[in-house]
Amino acid sequence: METQVKVDLTNFRLETRKWLEENCPISMREPITDAKQLYWGGSKGKFSSEDQEIWFERMLQKKWIVPYWEEKYGGGGLNPEQNNILNQEMSRLGCRKPHINFGISMLGPALLKFASDEQKLHYLNQICKGEVRWVQGYSEPNAGSDLANLQTKADDNGDHFLVTGSKVWTSYGDKGDYIFCLVRTDTSSKHTGISFLLIDMNSEGVTTRPIKLISGKSPFTETFFDSVKVPKKNLVGTLNDGWTIAKYLLTHERQMIGGIGETDKKKSLSEIAIDVLGKNEGILSDTSIRSKISNLEMNEKIFDLTIQRALDEHKAGNNSGAASSFFKYYGTELSIQKEELRLEVNGFNSTEWTSEESRNGLEARYFCRSKGHSIEGGTHEVQLNIIAKRILGLPTK
Amino acid sequence: MALVINEEQQMLKSSTKEFLDLKSPLSLVREMRDNNYNQFSSELWTEMVEMGWTALTIPEKYNGLNFGYVGLGQVLEEMGRKLTVSPIISTVLTSTSLISLSKNEVLKNMLFQEIMNGNKLCTLAHEEGSHHSPNIEISIVSKKDDVLVLNGKKRFVIDGSISDYFIVSANHESEKNVDLILVDSKSEGISFNNKVHMDSRIYSDISFDNVKIEKDNFLSSNGDGFEILEKTLDIARIGLAAEMLGNVQQAFEMTMQYLKEREQFGVKIGSFQSLQHRSALMFGEIELCKSIVLKALQAIDSDDEKLPELASLAKAKLGQVSKLVTNEAVQMHGGIGVTDDADIGFFLKRTRVTQRTFGDSNFHLDRVAKINKY
Ligand SMILES: Cc1cc2nc3c(=O)[nH]c(=O)nc-3n(C[C@H](O)[C@H](O)[C@H](O)COP(=O)(O)OP(=O)(O)OC[C@H]3O[C@@H](n4cnc5c(N)ncnc54)[C@H](O)[C@@H]3O)c2cc1C
Repeated sequence: METQVKVDLTNFRLETRKWLEENCPISMREPITDAKQLYWGGSKGKFSSEDQEIWFERMLQKKWIVPYWEEKYGGGGLNPEQNNILNQEMSRLGCRKPHINFGISMLGPALLKFASDEQKLHYLNQICKGEVRWVQGYSEPNAGSDLANLQTKADDNGDHFLVTGSKVWTSYGDKGDYIFCLVRTDTSSKHTGISFLLIDMNSEGVTTRPIKLISGKSPFTETFFDSVKVPKKNLVGTLNDGWTIAKYLLTHERQMIGGIGETDKKKSLSEIAIDVLGKNEGILSDTSIRSKISNLEMNEKIFDLTIQRALDEHKAGNNSGAASSFFKYYGTELSIQKEELRLEVNGFNSTEWTSEESRNGLEARYFCRSKGHSIEGGTHEVQLNIIAKRILGLPTK
Repeated sequence: MALVINEEQQMLKSSTKEFLDLKSPLSLVREMRDNNYNQFSSELWTEMVEMGWTALTIPEKYNGLNFGYVGLGQVLEEMGRKLTVSPIISTVLTSTSLISLSKNEVLKNMLFQEIMNGNKLCTLAHEEGSHHSPNIEISIVSKKDDVLVLNGKKRFVIDGSISDYFIVSANHESEKNVDLILVDSKSEGISFNNKVHMDSRIYSDISFDNVKIEKDNFLSSNGDGFEILEKTLDIARIGLAAEMLGNVQQAFEMTMQYLKEREQFGVKIGSFQSLQHRSALMFGEIELCKSIVLKALQAIDSDDEKLPELASLAKAKLGQVSKLVTNEAVQMHGGIGVTDDADIGFFLKRTRVTQRTFGDSNFHLDRVAKINKY
């Protein structure tokens, strides 16, 4: 038995490798250098190149937009081992993801766990075709760390809800087709008066306003709801039990943000440092920067090992639960430190904001953006509170 | 010397604050940035000149106020609080200091007059690499057909795009000396690459291609160029540290204010002990900064032989603390902190540039070790 499984997996690997080599356009194997090279789909989605479209279409046909979801939902039906192999083979070739969508990374897992069969069939199939671009409506001006304080209300109005209020930090709110929202359906209790609602962004009464970041870019919006009619069937899970879904989903978001530091496939910091600062007797000439880089690398490598260990333990059946908070904290902290160190390495060049040489301040702006990593998806402080409370069991008062 | 500022210096500090509250509120930085990165308000400059700021460190002999660097430090600190955009760093802190050290009396008389009147702006064109260094590798003065010419490339020239004069550091071809030469910014053979940096200020890369120079335009003489340059850099480091002290104090106070206002979980966020402890530690770090900045400013005025070490201590410490405080300030503001709507991000972005200007903490810690022979 055991050996048969192994043989099957080996065959799967070989077939996958062959298929990818034959089907992934060469330009789709280059590292991403610009956000435009990601395809987000949805009604406003545009392909930035012919190859991108070809790659998306081929993966779509293969049902590998979301390879690990069941086939009835439009997924590829791969088991975890197969999915792992696909990921390995894709990164071996450097294949880009054919499609990025919060529907895949955030909403999907929540729907799988909490939605009705009908909802799953409908929404997951849409997601697997890249037809709908999902955005997230959680935070509000007065509900950030204290998310459960949210006030956007959904009043029962017969066959539909009437939604009124505002959300902040909707990523790409101006490009979204649908927004998954936390809304207040009971004002008499805090955590148990929240529901999880799917809202069509084209409904009457929905408007957005861009939020400009210190990086000078505006990938976020405020989203306003003015008596927006939302059909009752768009409620996911039980009325007033949305907080359970929200918490579940936040865990997924945290894992995603925690991984931000790793996707950096550009030149390593030590290589850049050698280019900029030069070597002296075979070692990086600036020894204080040298030890800072090796210190960061130590932590990066050991962090990777820790993620690996957590996955292995998970497979072995030991779930370490609240650890996602630690991963979110530490992963983002490393990425922030790396950007600070990049400035030290690049010196005067590092702060250029508009020049041609700096490609319009690519690094300086990325540095500024990195400051959000310790805030989005629950701040550093909130993650540490969770660790203290849930893992360490420290008393709260 | 007692580590306090005297009454006159205190008065200058207060009047500076009053003036800037009125004429250069934080909103002006945003306005100038949004106005196509405007670098210079002639109205503001004229008023600064009238306040006497351009004459503060000029000796009485040249009709200056001879008020000293502790005084100028107070002005810079207050400007740091408002992130005021003006040519004070380039023209007064750096250029005036260098000119003071020169023995070229003709140039001194001419330049001091022009600077005091606010007629001319001046800047030091010195850096050549990606990191600060006092050494010159590229720029060179040589003789060509009996005339002296300057060739080279300077980087990161503060206010390079608005200055009338550059003071250029260059190696002298025949002698092994550093020359400091006054060059008119409109001279033939000069080309610019003006770059906006993270702090919305423009720094210029400047190429000098066979730029003719007059014998009379040397600010260095008898091989004193490097000495003058080093001392000027030390003064500039200390003055910039004073600005950074203003940056961190303002960012810190704005953050403490926010902790007292913002509510989450039904309480002011300032009631969370994790934020309280970090705030208390920052308070302590800023106290340390005040000590070293004042000590270093006094060392300029008293011509203390420890000036190089104090300059490096000041710049290294302020580099570290300004990084700490601006990061914490943004973090404690939460999401609002990384939006352009909030002012706090301007402090983060300004200090990331000042951290590196005239040498970052790595450079200065290394220099402290060298000065102390380890
Ligand atoms: C770049 C970016 C992207 C974002 N994307 C999204 C998104 O896609 N969807 C979405 O819904 N939201 C998003 N957010 C919002 C984000 O989740 C909130 O900003 C975050 O939860 C913090 O809330 P706040 O901004 O209201 O800060 P506050 O909660 O007001 O926090 C202010 C400070 O107080 C601290 N603090 C708060 N409570 C405690 C406590 N109990 N103990 C100790 N310290 C505490 C915080 O850590 C922070 O330092 C995004 C934010 C950013 C910056």
